[in-house]
Amino acid sequence: MEIPYTFTARPDTGLYNGKLGIWLFLASEVMLFGAIFTAYLFVRLGADDGTWPDHIQNVWLGLTNTIILIVSSITMVWAWVALKERKFNTYRLALGITILCGLVFLTIKGFEYYSKYQHFGFMIKAEAFSKYEPELKKMDAYYSEVPSQDPSEHVYEVRGHFRAETADTITFAPDGMPSYLINLAGKENAEAAMGEKAGEENASGEEPTLTLSISDIHRYGRLLPKYGTYYAIYFLVTGLHAMHIVGGVVVMLYFLTIGSALYRRNPEQLSNRIEVTGIFWHFVDLVWITVFPILYLT
Amino acid sequence: MDDLPPSSEAAAAPSHGQSAHAAPSHGHGTHDDHAHEHHELGFWRTYIFSTDHKMIGIQYLWAGLFFLFFGFSLMLLMRWQIAFPGQALSWANASNHIGYQIYQILYHLGLSGPPVELPAVPPDPNNPPLTQYVFGKDQMPGGVMTPDFYNTLGAMHGTIMVFFGIVPVAFAAFGNFVMPLQIGTVDMAFPRLNMASVILFFLSAVLMTGSLFVPGGAAKSGWTSYTPLATISDQSVNTVFWGHNFHVLWPFWLTGQSVWIIAMAFNITSSLLSSVNFITTIVQLRAKGLSWMRLPFFVWTQFITAFLLLLAFPPLEAAAFMQLMDRLAGSSLFSPAGLIVNGAPLPNSGGGTPLLWQHLFWFLGHPEVYVLVLPGLGIIAEVVANNARKPLWGYNQMVVSLLILGFLSMIVWAHHMYLTGMGTAVSSFFQLTTIIISVPTMVILSSLIISLWGGAIRFTSPMLWATAFLPLFGIGGLTGIPLAFNAPDTFLHDSYYIIAHFHYVIAPGTIFALFAGVHYWYPKATGRMMSEFWNKVHFWPTMILMNCIFFPMFLQGMAGMHRRMYDGGATYGILNRDVLHWNSFISESAWLMGLAQIPFILNFCLSYKYGRKVSDNPWEATTLEWSAPSPPPHGNFPHPVVAYRGPYEYSVPGHPTDFTMQSEPPSSAKAIHISGPPPEDERSIGFPPLT
Repeated sequence: MEIPYTFTARPDTGLYNGKLGIWLFLASEVMLFGAIFTAYLFVRLGADDGTWPDHIQNVWLGLTNTIILIVSSITMVWAWVALKERKFNTYRLALGITILCGLVFLTIKGFEYYSKYQHFGFMIKAEAFSKYEPELKKMDAYYSEVPSQDPSEHVYEVRGHFRAETADTITFAPDGMPSYLINLAGKENAEAAMGEKAGEENASGEEPTLTLSISDIHRYGRLLPKYGTYYAIYFLVTGLHAMHIVGGVVVMLYFLTIGSALYRRNPEQLSNRIEVTGIFWHFVDLVWITVFPILYLT
Repeated sequence: MDDLPPSSEAAAAPSHGQSAHAAPSHGHGTHDDHAHEHHELGFWRTYIFSTDHKMIGIQYLWAGLFFLFFGFSLMLLMRWQIAFPGQALSWANASNHIGYQIYQILYHLGLSGPPVELPAVPPDPNNPPLTQYVFGKDQMPGGVMTPDFYNTLGAMHGTIMVFFGIVPVAFAAFGNFVMPLQIGTVDMAFPRLNMASVILFFLSAVLMTGSLFVPGGAAKSGWTSYTPLATISDQSVNTVFWGHNFHVLWPFWLTGQSVWIIAMAFNITSSLLSSVNFITTIVQLRAKGLSWMRLPFFVWTQFITAFLLLLAFPPLEAAAFMQLMDRLAGSSLFSPAGLIVNGAPLPNSGGGTPLLWQHLFWFLGHPEVYVLVLPGLGIIAEVVANNARKPLWGYNQMVVSLLILGFLSMIVWAHHMYLTGMGTAVSSFFQLTTIIISVPTMVILSSLIISLWGGAIRFTSPMLWATAFLPLFGIGGLTGIPLAFNAPDTFLHDSYYIIAHFHYVIAPGTIFALFAGVHYWYPKATGRMMSEFWNKVHFWPTMILMNCIFFPMFLQGMAGMHRRMYDGGATYGILNRDVLHWNSFISESAWLMGLAQIPFILNFCLSYKYGRKVSDNPWEATTLEWSAPSPPPHGNFPHPVVAYRGPYEYSVPGHPTDFTMQSEPPSSAKAIHISGPPPEDERSIGFPPLT
């Protein structure tokens, strides 16, 4: 029993089965990520003033990952073309680079996750904030107001690395102000002010830290999904995307090793399989190209 | 590597020894795939891990029929609490009620005096009834159902019926078994992917039924799992396990609602893989000559259903991940700030909205309704054309209506949400689309009814179900129209009217169609016929009792009875006074209908061995599946089939029989064709051979 059109195209559709299958699968993937991006819009538009963090991601890491994925898409096509030209060694090289790109992407992503895990956010009650405001201003540390109708919910948010804890205080090293937010008007030397950042060691080698008393804190936590809806969406989208990367890498590893035995029997079928894998890989790339602006550049 | 064949053409050429696709005449190919055809597969590969579309269809059929009965039984249990709120489900009470009903019948026949209803026997803690042991002390202490268990039964009834009962039977079972035969191909496009779907479905079914046994019980927030109720349910379960002094640390992620989400994720993935497979198969593997407008209507419905599953299910998968995150990682994508749970503020960051869950859920939920209904309509179309011995009236407009229906079903979802405060402008839009969608639905239903006109109808077993389907499905559809409008829906929303409406669509609608399908294709699957007599014994009580169950619910709903009352509305006894007495009538009808399924179960099982042996085409049908042997062997057709004409050429003037099979070659160039393009249409015949 032979299933028709497994690797030859049906004349009236011009497709072999796998190619149609992967496009249909991608249609469902579009709906999956589409739903999550819609959810992002829904919670973003519904967010109260001050609750949606901006520019908290490291743009350079994100940009690096973007470039890595685009490069990997190019090498993926290269692998396919090499198979079509029956250059097996070139195929293995190109597919290897693609896999490597995927792994580097995942490493950088893991590093970003780890830094989120290390970071803390603190919501300081509005009535107590005046105690800390001068010191934060002196350090040029980042803080933002989260206004609320309910006075008990009116807070100021600061972020930083956790340093020490006692029964009623928490000490942390605050994050610096993003450069675009530094108020240059009050500074004598703008360039010096841009260079100065809280969180970096100053000339005396001491790290500036701030000690909060626990009774002044409304709530605090690591920058994980529980801390805020932004982080929930961030981990959901990037986590799901990372799982797709893992899936793609596993499939490509198979085609680099065991699966490449097919080349001896039917190289055309292997090149079809690589084409289908490539279509999936480009889609994963495309998702990242959507994720990057909405989560990193805002 | 340079010695490898330079191109695919060379690889496929039979002269090359390394080709996997050497021609059959090519004898010395050691790795020839044709050699596998003659292997006898073992038990596991034949029945459990099968890649054959027919066995997979049968696996889905067994699983789906089991879950249909299982989900039905959950409701039978729940109906006790609605009919006799707070009474222990014990033999003493049950026999009291049975005796009372018998006396009442005797009284109305004038054979006894007026019956006296005995007071309920109170639960005895020292001598608990059997139900406490069966369902557990936490669920039914002393035989009295707890509110949590009642909610569990309601939620699981809905989930199991929709996702584990009807979709597997209507889409997966009939689709897998019949569709490849109807398009005249050897198997699905991706047989191993098909097996993966079955395994995923099996895992999800195990998880979903297993969740009934986790501490705290299964999901209990309705089959819609609305947040924030679902997010906070079972957040702290009692770790007392299986009884009294046996404490275990129960992982929090394994409580009812979390398992529900995980099981649904498996189920959704299974459906997605199936739908990719179905669409690819229909697009790519149609037999020679089988152009789109020669497809049987059933294949069309499967095609559209697969698209609905493909595009509507992923948003629910996304929503499931999000709810799982809310439950396990403590995020608040679906919860606003300031929620008070059990008297204490919920420690969450806020910023989410329950409306988001509802939008994502119903974005699946409404196309899902058409997923349930369309395969049923397809089955009915086959049965009606076959038994009226006429071509379907308006095949072309039925297909066009189906396409429009599929598109519109994606943009009507928020008519489930008129009362959520999403805004009048949005409501008006969804009201408009909802009313528009009733047009193509009615085109299809009217075409089916008109197809009967002037036909010499054979009242075979499938036709009995089909004739009952048409009016009852019509009731279900027409009663939906008041719900489509904002104003009446404000009153009818979440009342028993809703329950009656969608059950009329799905229970006497789709499930009757499924019975018709089982009877219609049983001879194809087994080579034997199911008993017509026992079908009648099954059909008539089911048809009558089905109406006894759901019709009074319209009355209850219009009187304002809410659908989720633990005590069946007795709390609001004054408001519901005039309709409360229907509760016990409905429950008794439901229990009797449970008994009425026994003839079907016996008929279904025993006909496999004792049924009348029949030919390959016992119904004298025209579509391609009847050209295959019964039961079809691995690979389906002994020779590749070719479709020469449209699917429903019954009673063609001048033809010796009153049916002309699609695979029958035209006897002369001047054959008369009633539907579909003429066979000399080269567009669809010019394909290369199938191998």
